[in-house]
Amino acid sequence: MSELVLKNVGKRYGETVVLERLNLTLTAGDFCAVVGASGAGKSTFLKLLLSELQPSEGTITLGGRPLPPEPGPERGVVYQRYSVFPHLSVLDNVRFGLERTHGDPLFGRTWGARRRALRAEAEALVDAVGLSAARDRFPGALSGGMQQRLALAQTLALKPELLLLDEPFGALDPGNKKAAHDLLKTLWRDRGMTVVMVTHDLSEAFTLAKRVLVLDKTREDPHNPERYGASLTYDIPVDNGLPPREAAPRELSA
Amino acid sequence: MRRLLNLQPSKPLRLALFLAPLGALLLAYLVFSDARLAENPQDRLLPAFSTMGDTLLRMATEPDRRSGELLFWLDTRVSLQRLALGVGLGALTALILGVASGLLPLAGASLSPFLAIIAMIPPLAILPILLIAFGVGELAKVLLIAIGVGPFIARDLEGRVRELPRELLIKAQTLGAGTWQTLWHVVLPQITPRLFDAIRLSLGAAWLFLIAAEAIASTEGLGYRIFLMRRYLAMDLILPYVAWMTLLAWLLDYGLRVLSRRLFPWYGAAGNKR
Ligand SMILES: Nc1ncnc2c1ncn2[C@@H]1O[C@H](COP(=O)(O)OP(=O)(O)O)[C@@H](O)[C@H]1O
Ligand SMILES: [Mg+2]
Repeated sequence: MSELVLKNVGKRYGETVVLERLNLTLTAGDFCAVVGASGAGKSTFLKLLLSELQPSEGTITLGGRPLPPEPGPERGVVYQRYSVFPHLSVLDNVRFGLERTHGDPLFGRTWGARRRALRAEAEALVDAVGLSAARDRFPGALSGGMQQRLALAQTLALKPELLLLDEPFGALDPGNKKAAHDLLKTLWRDRGMTVVMVTHDLSEAFTLAKRVLVLDKTREDPHNPERYGASLTYDIPVDNGLPPREAAPRELSA
Repeated sequence: MRRLLNLQPSKPLRLALFLAPLGALLLAYLVFSDARLAENPQDRLLPAFSTMGDTLLRMATEPDRRSGELLFWLDTRVSLQRLALGVGLGALTALILGVASGLLPLAGASLSPFLAIIAMIPPLAILPILLIAFGVGELAKVLLIAIGVGPFIARDLEGRVRELPRELLIKAQTLGAGTWQTLWHVVLPQITPRLFDAIRLSLGAAWLFLIAAEAIASTEGLGYRIFLMRRYLAMDLILPYVAWMTLLAWLLDYGLRVLSRRLFPWYGAAGNKR
């Protein structure tokens, strides 16, 4: 199975160092949460894993091979906003990935029996995230919680090895958040993909993840705050009913 | 007493306020027209409504003595056709250039500054060039309208494409779409209602170029007719023609708005502002 390995990864914008010396190994099926203050570089970290950005230093490998240089179907993503296509119905949003990956090379469309089979597959996913009643509605007519459940279904339709989540439930009220958490947990247990979830909500990180990583600066230059970037400072195993990976919090870099 | 900025008109008051300026305009015309006609029944400057009605009816129902055509309908048909061809050609070209420029950085590097320069050319200034190059036929008039509205629409769409959330383009790639499929399945469907908006905004300019081209080089059309009739001071024809063009312009705008709402029910509902 595919292991995600970061070796000495860093990201700079000119003189501004955002991330530095990231070292991390995620085994297949890990659920890890990345926490950190606002502006710590959490989204940047996720963009590196998605190949939306390329690292300035270091290497990232997935299953032993260098990460593909562009985003692709092996890695799925759900953002806090703009995760679903506003011009497509709920069902068509879920069908999007299935049609593109199974369809003709030019337009990415399927016909006949295959089209019907993919449609049934998408319908099953829509049911699984509890949106059967809203199947033909446009995302604009859904609540925030429903939109995020749709985004999960849309992304999971392609069974990505790696699921990347950038504050996916940050805009939800407590009730919807709880429902979305339960759904994500179930989907992760049933499907076994590796999950990296960025959040600034500590309690969310500790209820959902098996492993919580802390992104923080290890050194400060008071005269030039942009000289040093954030690293992974703590790797905390979490016992939330699942076998813990480590006995105690481990400090990663001094 | 509530603040003026918080006062809302009731339904009947709203209707009255809507009709008031139009009524005032018509009334003022009636008063001045009556006064002038009382002084001189041959006055041509402010003809009576009945005279205008008679003239329009004659243009719409009696065949022209020389050509045998019903001139009012001939003018309307020819002008609308030029308008549709010009705006259609301009909008289609603009869609292709604007989307390419907004979506593909390589295309944008070349097209973006090019469109910015082209948009600065005053379209009427190239009318002589078009007339020299293509003669006084339909092509020159259609091209003037297309060149008049195209760069504006292209630059508008380019900006709209750049405004599309980056997240959606990344998302499409994680769902297996390449450049072409992202363009076809994500960008085009989301930009088409914007194209309708841009066309509606550019219709005013399109009418301007149509009338200018017809006034200068044409033998029929609404713009041609009113400039021809100016020589005879035929206000009884010019005024109803202007009113008819206003009505046509309004109908086109309204039709596009209704069509857009029908075709893109998601647009405006998804937090997209109109
Ligand atoms: N294109 C860029 N150029 C310069 N600095 C950037 C750029 N993008 C992000 N940053 C900086 O990187 C830091 C981390 O941003 P981000 O990853 O979005 O933080 P987080 O998601 O943890 O809130 C911020 O201080 C931001 O100013
Ligand atoms: Mg962020």
